[in-house]
Amino acid sequence: MAEPVITVDALTTHYGAQCVLRDINLAVAEGEILVIMGGSGSGKSTLLYHLLGLLEPTEGAIRILGMDINRCSNRELEDVRRHTGVAFQGGALFSSLSVGDNIRLPLEEHTGLDRSTIDIMVRMKLEVVELAGREHLMPSQLSGGMVKRAALARAVVMDPRLLFCDEPSAGLDPVVAAGIDDLILKLREALGMSIVVVTHELESAFKIADRIVVLDQGAILASGSPAELRAHPSDKLQRLFNRQPEIPDFDADAYLHRLMGDAVP
Amino acid sequence: MATLVDRLEIIGRRTVSGVAEVGLAGALLADTLFWLVVGPWRRQPVRLGAAVQQMAEVGVYALPIVTVLGLTIGVMLAIQGIYTLRNFGAESHVVVGIALSMTREFGPLITAVLVAGRSGSALAARLATMRINQEVDALRVMGIDPVRYLVAPPLLGLLVMLPALTVFTDGVGLLGAGLYVDNELGMGLVPYAQRLKDVLKVDDVLHGVGKSVIFALLIALIGVVNGAGVTGGAEGVGRVTTRSVVQAISAIVITDMLFAFAVTR
Repeated sequence: MAEPVITVDALTTHYGAQCVLRDINLAVAEGEILVIMGGSGSGKSTLLYHLLGLLEPTEGAIRILGMDINRCSNRELEDVRRHTGVAFQGGALFSSLSVGDNIRLPLEEHTGLDRSTIDIMVRMKLEVVELAGREHLMPSQLSGGMVKRAALARAVVMDPRLLFCDEPSAGLDPVVAAGIDDLILKLREALGMSIVVVTHELESAFKIADRIVVLDQGAILASGSPAELRAHPSDKLQRLFNRQPEIPDFDADAYLHRLMGDAVP
Repeated sequence: MATLVDRLEIIGRRTVSGVAEVGLAGALLADTLFWLVVGPWRRQPVRLGAAVQQMAEVGVYALPIVTVLGLTIGVMLAIQGIYTLRNFGAESHVVVGIALSMTREFGPLITAVLVAGRSGSALAARLATMRINQEVDALRVMGIDPVRYLVAPPLLGLLVMLPALTVFTDGVGLLGAGLYVDNELGMGLVPYAQRLKDVLKVDDVLHGVGKSVIFALLIALIGVVNGAGVTGGAEGVGRVTTRSVVQAISAIVITDMLFAFAVTR
């Protein structure tokens, strides 16, 4: 059996006295789409930053493409990064560069390709994300959905083996968000890469995931395929899915009276 | 009310933070020198195009304001010099004071203060904004070293252009002073220039140029350290921008005094 492209082994992280990730174990297979889900403060973004090698865990190990990213040399980490692409939540496009130059940057930095070949590759990737002809626009001239698409184009321009997407459909209207989900599936289909998506959007997660890992308070609450999670949701998972906050002894009438005084009938 | 222990704790924390910032500045300088020397061998050279762009922004675009300030300072020195020496009936010796003050002190100092306000603040604001927008993280995960890409070009630009601007300010200041002296004492510009030639030594100009190299390092490193240390959103960008200007100007003035103390006595 092929080695997973990502292996996370007993990952634990503390910020001071606070434990933000607790004993996380997961693996991502070649060509798989793994969705990491959870509410605000569940630790999903922290986990992503660990997977990107931007944070060091307190304990545990992360292997990406066979390399322990917290123990390898800088040059080895650079090699790993050349085979991975990242689309950040806000796009993180360089505001001083045009869309085309943003996408061109990894190619110019890491390949010895001539300008005309790079131009062709940039145009191809822009076509894949349905932004053909927009290479001359500046990031500030793009809509939210177009920024996400341009960020995805930049993330896959080197044909990476592994793609990370941070909240790819956050802040978008449902139609545009669905388009981004379709685009992620299309990229996997076209380029055959493994994809890790961090999101809090339930609909999006169940649509694109081969497997979902649900985080709650820094620990894995549940893990499985969308079908498995639908078939056997635990009480806590159900609450999370239904977005019903757990507020013990909450007295709505008393709360309203405190807020509005006598105006409440 | 804060207890003595609380206050000591605040002082201690700020001291540690200050030492850490000095350490970071040293590490950034070492990293920049590393990329300047080793970058081409690793096929990751410092972007000379960006460095040239920085030179234009730091130097060429600052020429109008530097000209105005240089002329003003020159005239001011002439006014004060003539006023002071008139008490001793020695107005004709004003050229000595103007020449040495302008090249050794006011030229480098005024130019550095101006560039700190103009380019140091811009550098801090740009880096802070990029950090908040995750653009710095995007560079890192693309395998592009942020120091090579973002820090080395402006540092190089400042190191080249601040000494050049200083020499320009010296020239403009001396011209402004000459025009005033000619008008006030009827000395004539040619005799004034001849007197300058007799009084000024190459060492005097080099003294100012040497200081401007140190000022360039201070402006760049203080801007980068503040930009990299931003926290919060837009408010944080404003805070580090102001902080970088205040710190840079303070560092320039204190260094100027130390330099004068060490070299002039």
